[in-house]
Order: sequence, then C-alpha cells, then structure tokens
Amino acid sequence: MEITDRTPIVEPGHSYGSVNREISAIPLTPVRRTPLGWILGFFVSFLVMLLFLYAVTILFVYGVGIWGINIPVGWAFAIINFVWWIGIGHAGTLISAILLLMRQEWRTSINRFAEAMTLFAVANAALFPILHLGRPWLFFYLMPYPNSMHLWPQFRSPLVWDVFAITTYMTVSALFWYMGLVPDLATMRDRATNKWAKRIYGIMGLGWRNSVRHWNHYQSVYWLMAALATPLVLSVHSIVGMDFAYGVIPGWHSTIFPPYFVAGAVFSGFAMVLTLMIPLRAFIPSLRDFVTKRHLENMAKVMLAMGLIVAYGYMTEIFNAFYIGDAYDVFMTLDRFGGFYAPAYWLLILCNILIPQLLWFKAIRRNPLILFFISLAINVGMWLERFVIIVQSLSKDFLPSSWHIYLPTIWDIMTFIGTIGLFLTLIFLFVRLLPAISIFEMRELIHHDSHAGEHGGQHKGSDQDSHASEGTPAD
Amino acid sequence: MRRAQKPIEQDARELYGLLAKFNTQDELIAASDRTYQEGYRKFDAYSPYPVADLARSMHLKSSPLPFVMLAGGIMGGVGGFLMMTYASVIDYPLNIGGRPLFSWPTYIPITFELTVLLSALAGILGLFFFARFPQPYHPVFNSEDFNEHGSQDAFYLSIEAGDPQFDLERTRSFLENLGSAQVSEIEA
Repeated sequence: MEITDRTPIVEPGHSYGSVNREISAIPLTPVRRTPLGWILGFFVSFLVMLLFLYAVTILFVYGVGIWGINIPVGWAFAIINFVWWIGIGHAGTLISAILLLMRQEWRTSINRFAEAMTLFAVANAALFPILHLGRPWLFFYLMPYPNSMHLWPQFRSPLVWDVFAITTYMTVSALFWYMGLVPDLATMRDRATNKWAKRIYGIMGLGWRNSVRHWNHYQSVYWLMAALATPLVLSVHSIVGMDFAYGVIPGWHSTIFPPYFVAGAVFSGFAMVLTLMIPLRAFIPSLRDFVTKRHLENMAKVMLAMGLIVAYGYMTEIFNAFYIGDAYDVFMTLDRFGGFYAPAYWLLILCNILIPQLLWFKAIRRNPLILFFISLAINVGMWLERFVIIVQSLSKDFLPSSWHIYLPTIWDIMTFIGTIGLFLTLIFLFVRLLPAISIFEMRELIHHDSHAGEHGGQHKGSDQDSHASEGTPAD
Repeated sequence: MRRAQKPIEQDARELYGLLAKFNTQDELIAASDRTYQEGYRKFDAYSPYPVADLARSMHLKSSPLPFVMLAGGIMGGVGGFLMMTYASVIDYPLNIGGRPLFSWPTYIPITFELTVLLSALAGILGLFFFARFPQPYHPVFNSEDFNEHGSQDAFYLSIEAGDPQFDLERTRSFLENLGSAQVSEIEA
C-alpha cells in the first residue's frame, strides 16, 4: 500500500464495540423503525421489478417475436444485457478475491457489498440467455445429462462453454459470499434481541462460535476460494468474449476480444460499485466512517486504468481493420463511424474514453458527486459498447440484401429496465437484512490499526510473528 | 466433544469444562501457549477474528482442507475432460467440417470451469465436515458472557473436563494465574 496516502481506511476512534454496533445496527433496526427512504426506494424498485415480471410473462405467452430481433440481428437486447450484467458482476469478485490475495486492506469495507452486487448481477445476467431461448422451459438441454434422446451438448462450442462458465461463476460467488457471511451471522445472532431474528441468524450462522479450530479450517478455505475465484473471473469473461470472437461476423472475429472484454467488465463493474456505494454512503452516514474517500479514490484509479485498456481495445480494433485491409472489416468500421448506429458509437466513446479522463485529477477522484456522475456515464457507455458490438456488427453482414436495422420494442426496454428493478430490489433487501460490511474483517482491521499505533507505525506482515514471543504473563 | 450420553437424571448438570476470558489477543496467545505446555490437549481458544498465531500457539495441525480442495479439483478437471472426450469421440461423434473428433483444446475451457467448481464445492463440503457444521448447540453457548462477547470483542480459552489433566481446582487456579479476567464453569 502506498505510504504517502495518510487518509485512513477506517475513520479514527473506532473500537471492536463500535464496529459491531454500527454495522449490525442497520439490519437489526426493528421493522417499525425502518427508515422512510428505504421503504420508498424498495417500493420503487419493486414496482420496476413487477414490470420485468409482466414483460417476461408476455414473452412466455407470445415468444421472442415480441422483441425487435430479426435476421440478421438475432442477438440484441438479451445478449447485450447478459454481457452488461455479467461484466458488472466481475468487479465484486475482483474486489473480494484479487485484492484479498494482494493484501489490500482497504477492500475490507467494500468486499461484502461488492460480492452481493456480483451475485445479484450474475443472477440477472443468467436470466437473459434463458429468456432468449425459443423454448426457455427446455433450458436444461444445455446441461450434459443422461437423456432419452441420446444427445450431448456440443462441447466444442463457446456457447456451451458459457453455460459452464456462468453456472460455475454463480455457484462459486454464492459459496464465497455465504462463507464470508457465516462469522458475521454469528455476531448478528448474538446481537439480535428479537427472538425470530436470533433464530434465523442462528440457523444461517451454522453454530459458528469463533473457535480457533474453526478459524483454522475457515481461513485456509477462504484464501483458496479467493485464489480460485481470481482466474475464474478472467475465464468467465474471456469465454463471453469468445462467444463473439468465434463468429465470422466482421466486428466480432478478433483475437483481442477476450482480454478486452475482461477489462471492459472490470471497468463497468467498478463503475457500478461506485454508482451504488456513493448514494448508500450519502443516505447512511455511519457508513462514511468505513467507506472513506480513500476507497472512492482507489476505485476511481482502478476505473481509470481499466478505461485506458478499453480505449486501447477500441484503437486496436480500428487499427486492425485498416491494417488487414479486409473489405468487410473496413466497411464495418466506417459504418460504425458514420452509419445508422454512429450516434451510439460516438456516445460510447464520450462516456468510456473522454469522460473518464477527468479521473486523472485528484480533486475529482475525491469528489463523490462528480464521481457518481462519471460512474453513471461509464455504466451507460459500457452498455452502449455492447449494443454497438452486437447490433451494429450484425445488422450489416456480408450480403447487402440481408441487411436489417434493429430497433428495440417496448418489451425489450421493459425487460431491461425491469432487471434493474430486480437488481435494486435485491440490493435493498440485502442492505436491510444482512451486514453490508464484513464485521469480522473490520475487527481484524481495527486490531491491526491499533497495533500499528502502538509500535510507532511499523506495520505489515513482519510483526505477525512477534505476538507469540511477547512474554507470558507472570504467575 | 462427542461423549457418551449419560441419563439425564443421573447428572443433570454435568461439567463441560472451564471457560477463561481474556481482554486482548496477545494474552490469549500467551495463555493458549502455556496451556499446551502444561500438557492440556482438549482445549480450545475463541477469537472474534482470525489470528494465525493462535493456531500456532495451540499447536493445531494445519487444515487438511487444501488437499480436499485439490482432490475435488482433480476430480472435476479429469472427470470433465473424460466426459467431453467420451461424448465427442465415442458416444456422439459429430463431423464438423472434417475436424478431428478429439479436438482437445476446445475442451479446455470446460475442463477449467469444472476444476474450479468441484474444488470449491469440495472446500465448502469439507469445511462443513471438519468444522461439524451445522452445529446449533455447543456447551460454550451456555455461558451468558460468551454469548454477549464471544462473537464481538472478547477472547476466551476453554479447557474440557474430559482432558486427562483436568482437575477442577487445579485447572481453575492455573487459568486464573494466566491473567484471565474471569473464569467460569460451563455445563455440558
């Protein structure tokens, strides 16, 4: 960690007691004293989610014909939203796993929330390919299972890889998230005064009692899960990238797709963490002590770096089209600049490349309001990026007679907006019912911080071993 | 921890052991170190956050779970690869543009995913097995003080009555001499 930045990762003056109290106070607030803001936010999100249920019901009744898709644009909103949501999910795993392995202590106060975001985003993402199937009730055909038709999935197809990647990612994220929650659920169990709250947290807490024998197993699994999740994130979005790269469509058939998709996913994911964290911080003042400006600034830096990689990806695509000189690739690129979908392209360049350049300035990185708007712009930009890649590339393929313009119908839009409602509903429930910040890791952090104070700032790693040798008490 | 069930009427308030409370992590580390040196083996320490030195001072063996996860990962990877080979080469060969049936590089992504999936599942199931989850009852929960502070801000050490070295008076004074803030008896 950098030495020059003295901004604390936890505001001073916190002890074990205050950490326990302040984080658990939010889920343990009695039902009757639920803040009005929460009720209002939940209500609106829930209404938007109902929109999703309505759109999906109509979809199941009438089929995908109600969407604007046509031939050649057979993949449109469903796949755009799939890629967008799964990309948002990746930041959560990155924060919880990669930053854990790199011992970035500042991650502690945001990892739980980011993991929850991952889980909900991936759940949304997984819905779309299934909705996009002509007969969604037969989705289990995608899995290899002994069946009376003697058929197997085509294991050489990236679309089948995707099924495995998403299923694995969802399972591992859920396990990792729940595992991280168990010690905190025990704390919640012990702090709850309501009989039912105590029981429910107790059952979910599995009887965790903070025994060192448990911690011993727990820690080794937790670190290994993090070590597994790290390459998993990269593989998942690489496979998503290969869904496209394996196709022969100009604009898709490119080896840069897997890494460029991963960078784009992290970029949009961090933007989404900021989009959610900044209002949460504004509405729940006690969180400001744990999610400090240092966190916002660090996330902004990651976003800037990822944004530059994404920009490099865009440049490479353009360069390659002209360097290779293939007539179809050149045409596709020129169409991107000046064709029907050009406004979407230039808007995404504005949102993903130009606006994030503001993040070079420290004052902007530390200004929550501006950061919030930048993160919103990036979310929009990354959605448009997938729109352009999918719709624009497909709409003008090799044969002019098959060209078709795609425009979304109201059902496309309702389904998309509806998943945002579903996502926010889950986020509201999560913040209300579970500790949104990892309590036990905060306790650990507080111990480290106070310890660093005692030893005049000499800190990190090496002092770990000195504990055992610090003299035994006199007897 | 699992002991023969005795009829309830015979000994309604059987002793599980002694529970000593400490205020700091360092005191607990020193105490568990001394407890081990003294010859006690059936004892446990409780800390509201993971402390690597505690496992060391208790002379705990390192967790076998990494090997469980490795085994799960190997099963997933090898099993997945063989499944795809069987499906694509033997059971359901599809000629796609004359490409070889055993086109193993295309099996790698799913092999990797299944390695991770089974390894993670093995880790969690192994954790449940070794930590004996779910375990809704444990004698230490009989201590009010433990319920109030054990998962929040205090450190505890328990010595079980089942330990051959255990002697109520002697063990109690041993724990008190370790600098414990409070020593109490725990019912089973």
